[in-house]
Amino acid sequence: MKNKINVSNQGATLDTSRRNFLKLGGIGLAMAGLTLVGCDDDNFEFVDNKVFDLGMGDVGVLNYAYALEQLEADFYTKVVNNFYSGISTAEKELFTDLYHHEVIHRDFFKAAISGATSNMLPTLEFQYPNVNFNDRNSVLATAKALEDTGVAAYNGAGKYITNPDYLVIAGKIVSVEARHASAIRNLINPGTAAFSGDDVINANGLDLAKEPKDVVTAAGGFFKTPFTWKEQGIG
Amino acid sequence: MNILKLLDKLSDDKFFTTETSRLETLTNISSFGKKAAVAAIPLGLGTMMSTAKAETNDKTVSGTYFKSALTDALQLALVLEYLEDEYYTKGLDTAGLIPNSDKAVFMQISKHETAHVAFLKATLTSLGVAPGAKPTFDFTAGGNFAPFSDYNQFLTLSQAFEDTGVRAYKGQAGNVMSNKAVLQAALQIHSVEARHASQVRRMRANKGWIELADGGNMPAATNAVYNGEGNLNQAGFNTGNAFGAAAGSAAYDEILTGSEAETIANLFIV
Repeated sequence: MKNKINVSNQGATLDTSRRNFLKLGGIGLAMAGLTLVGCDDDNFEFVDNKVFDLGMGDVGVLNYAYALEQLEADFYTKVVNNFYSGISTAEKELFTDLYHHEVIHRDFFKAAISGATSNMLPTLEFQYPNVNFNDRNSVLATAKALEDTGVAAYNGAGKYITNPDYLVIAGKIVSVEARHASAIRNLINPGTAAFSGDDVINANGLDLAKEPKDVVTAAGGFFKTPFTWKEQGIG
Repeated sequence: MNILKLLDKLSDDKFFTTETSRLETLTNISSFGKKAAVAAIPLGLGTMMSTAKAETNDKTVSGTYFKSALTDALQLALVLEYLEDEYYTKGLDTAGLIPNSDKAVFMQISKHETAHVAFLKATLTSLGVAPGAKPTFDFTAGGNFAPFSDYNQFLTLSQAFEDTGVRAYKGQAGNVMSNKAVLQAALQIHSVEARHASQVRRMRANKGWIELADGGNMPAATNAVYNGEGNLNQAGFNTGNAFGAAAGSAAYDEILTGSEAETIANLFIV
């Protein structure tokens, strides 16, 4: 039996200035649970896990959306698998809906991208170092950040899409993310303007729109698996 | 000046990426109309309209030369924003209508709709088109509603308008994608309408999202707002497979075509 040593970037945070991802220095060797006892030296093969690049043009944008939906789906999966203590019936239902929607989004992109290209983003790993899934405030704050980021990301990426059908799809999703964001914000600050707060909507009545580079920088802490998007100046 | 060349330029991607000094851009824009609200133009829009050559700098250009699918889309959006703006202004001005506990919500929504009207007018002006005038609205829809004497009805119509706005903007994305700045701004307004819609829906004991084609305790007169929302087919992917039709349909909002949106708006226009 060949034992695979995966040269991985486990634990590395997203470093947009990293140039040579093939350097072995500083990269941890993940043994994935294997031990060395009883294995011969020549039984090992090195699998070089290169950092994935999201690609060019519309494919890059689709992979980008897929990455963000993977993150949201992963987060809400954790939320619904272990609801925070004291959660109300209404909030259970709400988070279950969010979980459903993001998983559907994620699976949609997986299907759509695999049908369009072989350059499909793999399943990513995520981390939530500062999130307490047992605490309502922590979960709501994280949900708010993720939804607002999703809105900003789609709004900022729309202009990079060339296929009008893809643009419509993105449009169909971003308004749902905005509905999510509004609901979460309302849970955090009920009876106020927070659902559509001045912290996200400017004097022209325009919502956030962020460049991919800024989104990836802002959300980078959640991504355990690094990726690049060279066309957008990321990595 | 060759009008066809100019129209060509407006749909030519390269036209929008030609770099030029901002002063020159603003000069070109302000030559299109005396009332161009240059100050309200977002930073990106001016540079997106850049032209490197002076050949199109014609001070006698009339506003109708630049009418296009893109400007038509903005005119439609403007009508919807005029409608919402007046609706909320009237609502807030009607003593005793909106409970104090809900005032903060509607003041925020109203603020945004007012801003949207101003923004769209400035955008149209900067594109060389005179913004359409505000229509005369009848929010009773010919006596079918009493939104300013019955708060439940005020909420109902508010939900209808916001959900319509989301779908209408979405339906125009293809028409504005030729101008990256306009597209981005349209997306940025579109998501605000979605935030509004979610909030008003929840104030009516609905979910913030639309499940199946059910508006949620909405009168039959608003059916057109929700027709088609039960769609489960997204580019061949069945969104109902994983968790059922309600979740699958709610995960995506659907478009309204321009004429569908107009039809809904016309219910409230005299």
